Amino acid sequence: QGGGSAVIDMENMDDTSGSSFEDMGEMHQRMKEEEEAEGEAGAAEEEDGEFLGMKGLRGQLGRQVADQMWQVGKRQASRAFSLYANIDILRPYFDVEPVQVRARLLESMIPVKMINFPQKIAGELYGPLMLVFTLVAILLHGMKTSDTIIREGTLMGTAIGTCFGYWLGVSSFIYFLAYLCNAQITMVQMLSLLGYGLFGHCITLFVTYNIHFHSLFYIFWLGVGGLSTLRMVAVLVSRTVGHTQRLILCGTLAALHMLFLLYLHFAYHKVVEGILDTLEGPNVPPFQRVARDIPVVSSAVLNTTAKAVALTL
Amino acid sequence: FAGLADVSISEDLPVEGEITVPVGSHSPDEDYSTLDEPVRDTIMRDLKAVGKKFIHVMYPKKSSALLRDWDLWGPLVLCVSLALMLQGGSADSKDDGGPQFAEVFVIIWFGAVVITLNSKLLGGTISFFQSLCVLGYCVLPLTVAMLVCRLVLLAGSGTVSFIIRLIVVVAMFGWSTLASTAFLADSQPPNRKALVVYPIFLFYFVISWMILTFTPQ
Repeated sequence: QGGGSAVIDMENMDDTSGSSFEDMGEMHQRMKEEEEAEGEAGAAEEEDGEFLGMKGLRGQLGRQVADQMWQVGKRQASRAFSLYANIDILRPYFDVEPVQVRARLLESMIPVKMINFPQKIAGELYGPLMLVFTLVAILLHGMKTSDTIIREGTLMGTAIGTCFGYWLGVSSFIYFLAYLCNAQITMVQMLSLLGYGLFGHCITLFVTYNIHFHSLFYIFWLGVGGLSTLRMVAVLVSRTVGHTQRLILCGTLAALHMLFLLYLHFAYHKVVEGILDTLEGPNVPPFQRVARDIPVVSSAVLNTTAKAVALTL
Repeated sequence: FAGLADVSISEDLPVEGEITVPVGSHSPDEDYSTLDEPVRDTIMRDLKAVGKKFIHVMYPKKSSALLRDWDLWGPLVLCVSLALMLQGGSADSKDDGGPQFAEVFVIIWFGAVVITLNSKLLGGTISFFQSLCVLGYCVLPLTVAMLVCRLVLLAGSGTVSFIIRLIVVVAMFGWSTLASTAFLADSQPPNRKALVVYPIFLFYFVISWMILTFTPQ
């Protein structure tokens, strides 16, 4: 690979641009290769002088093989560094301070009043990502307190898939609608906005998975969910021109956001009820279901839920 | 960046090595000497390294030994033993043992990778495998908690046993989180420690929750 030249040959470099690790790695590699080429030449001369027979040949071969392996390893390491260069693309979106994250979390519940002036959205991905993972953890907690012990594997995958699917999928969909409706918003900003909107969902689900009253859930759904939806809607409205476009965009977002919270609360309850029905048969009335070996606390909770669901259905 | 270009890949220790500390060039004699030693020496050296790291986790002082010589044997052993102990906790044990094992594996490794990426993106100075190593080793207290929970469940599964298990799991969860932050938080800029600690907290919370709600059939 072009040994013996002090000039770095640009066309031989890997195609990940912008990372100075590549420069230094290549430069060092070339310098080392130069040194080694000289060392090899020196050693080869010495050995040619003496008659060592097979042993000399094997020693030289061994050294060359070790040398080649070392160079291949070096090349692989520099390719690994180019992988880090890809991570660097995401680095500016994680450049936040804890106070900023806390401020943005609180702000996500406060609808803005000024909708005639485009509101600033921070294009940050740390907060939204952490909120999605928190939502996954809360969903798992909810499923465990309902003691869904049968299909544990699929429920875990479903939880992660649901949360990430919602965040990424709905963000892309609304971004597409925003493109159609001429709204001034970028993809990262949309991801960030929707991610922070999940904060309301996290709070609601955390409370209602522990205290199982359906009326409480509806209050939280309208109150907390409504506030975070209003905030997102207000920010989008401030960035869109035209009544029809505003209506389409914000109506879709509001509907999807509120329906998602509804789905998260009820779908997992339904799954629980369905599993328990198949376990014990439909002839056992719900409020007389006795849990077998789950702790007393969660069985009391389960009975209350079952009662409430039986009443509302 | 001089130290980064001096990465040396040693062929005889596939999963152990020094990544950030630049090692001097290996002379051919050094390589052959570890190849010629008896197998018992190689295994005992690795086992001693793993054992030393276990002790570091149980008494987390701010030493850099865990970071310097990272290896993934310990995390693998812990992960497998935790996954094995979490099996058999479902009604239909014949077809649900499979997903649970894979589930624990995937959660631990995927979670550790995500936390590592997050700490790197927040400006951490620690390398990828060092972080994986620390997070994997700090699962040790939770594995101990799982063992204790299984023993307690053998005795009975009433409210008392639930409270005992709750206390043990919460204590071990706190220990794991503290141990891993003792090692990982130092590599972050001082004002961003909270941002790195939170995902670690979530990660060990999910594992603790799986342990706590384990009910054998």
